[in-house]
Amino acid sequence: MTKLKLQSLHKRESELAQTNRQLEILSNGIFKSGELPKFRDKIADTGHFPLRPKKLEILQINLGYMCNQVCDHCHVDAGPDRKEIMTRETMMQCLEVIKNTGAHTLDLTGGAPEMNPDFRWFVEEASKAGIADFIVRSNLTIIRANKKYYDLPDFFKKHNVHVVSSMPHWTRGKTDKQRGDGVFDKSIKALQELNAVGYGMPDSELRLDLVYNPSGAFLPGDQSTMERDFKKALKEDFGIHFHNLFAITNLPIARFLDYLIASENYEDYMTSLVEAYNPAAVENVMCTNTISISWDGWLYDCDFNQMLELKVDSKVKHIKDYNEDLLNDRNIIISQHCYGCTAGAGSSCQGKVT
Amino acid sequence: MNNNYYDPKDLKKFGDISQWSEELGEKFFDYYGKVFEEGALTAREKALIALAVAHTEQCPYCIDAYTKDTLQRGVTKEEMMEAIHVGAAIKSGATLVHGVMMMNKVNKLDG
Repeated sequence: MTKLKLQSLHKRESELAQTNRQLEILSNGIFKSGELPKFRDKIADTGHFPLRPKKLEILQINLGYMCNQVCDHCHVDAGPDRKEIMTRETMMQCLEVIKNTGAHTLDLTGGAPEMNPDFRWFVEEASKAGIADFIVRSNLTIIRANKKYYDLPDFFKKHNVHVVSSMPHWTRGKTDKQRGDGVFDKSIKALQELNAVGYGMPDSELRLDLVYNPSGAFLPGDQSTMERDFKKALKEDFGIHFHNLFAITNLPIARFLDYLIASENYEDYMTSLVEAYNPAAVENVMCTNTISISWDGWLYDCDFNQMLELKVDSKVKHIKDYNEDLLNDRNIIISQHCYGCTAGAGSSCQGKVT
Repeated sequence: MNNNYYDPKDLKKFGDISQWSEELGEKFFDYYGKVFEEGALTAREKALIALAVAHTEQCPYCIDAYTKDTLQRGVTKEEMMEAIHVGAAIKSGATLVHGVMMMNKVNKLDG
């Protein structure tokens, strides 16, 4: 059965559009009763509390929550009805930071970052900073969404952008179930177009990586095995090449939290995450090497804390006051959603962490 | 004894069988783990076989565990159902092939 497109939690005026409500749910129930340990206690048991940053490696900038898709499990609660996008003024503040940062990776995300009217200007300016790895998280269908985006593969190539794209499965059924009708066919076409300009091809320096996240209330399988299966299927069925697959765990926030509660999977899913807790993953969780910047310039430990509106615990909270040394001297804010990053092989925007 | 023979929570206690026979329990779980490692068959293929056998054995714990396991390995629902049909075909075939035994007996006694 195919699924009709949803609206964002904000558009539906769901109570889960309120981040306080999400945090309340994550702190009550099985965690309040003591049936499951709180994340703080769990990491304290393994000697990881308080969680502190290591060397900053990644600046992740969210250009806005507007998106052409409304995926079932979006932790951003993105969609066409979201109007929050970064202004050029905030982009200019970001550019100042990019020029001086010690981070080796710049990671642009959204929503669909390409939908920000200043996206191309920002990429052109940011690429001048000579940062080693310049990532744009592209949802693929945006490339086929409108004529004005058709040349994105060439634009990415011109600026040597590293493209990271979501692809939930190598079959139409599972992909469209999660991301909406027609997403699979458009994604395949977009991948072929990226391949055509050199992206993802063997030995090509134009990096094309895919992101896999499970379509339901279960954890991702082994990343390297999934990569092998994806590569085999996409090559045999569509002649598509890509470099690496990142397997990402769905975190219990925003629309995925809504789905877990509505499908009565919340408690079992949280139990699975807690049981799969891996102290080795805590050592390398992405909040220890990343700063996440929101569309309006606020600073967060990670993209998930951004979506929960948990600003960094630092004197420096906004891009206009950015100071890397001060920022690095902070405790990372945690809650029960953090179990999503420490389960199994660990999970981050760059895939597994162990 | 509970009111139900099967309790989903018991699946998590599977390891407890070693408590009353430690050596045999450990040997079993070592063997079990080895069987499901990648080998001449992929772990994905083995999980699908396990799912089919879980159904022919009608083991609720195994159905619970291997449905989740196959989903995690990216197996589609169509593949899962086909695997169960393979198990069902063997199960029903095994019943029906014994019909030849019945026919042989009938032919001998009443041919």
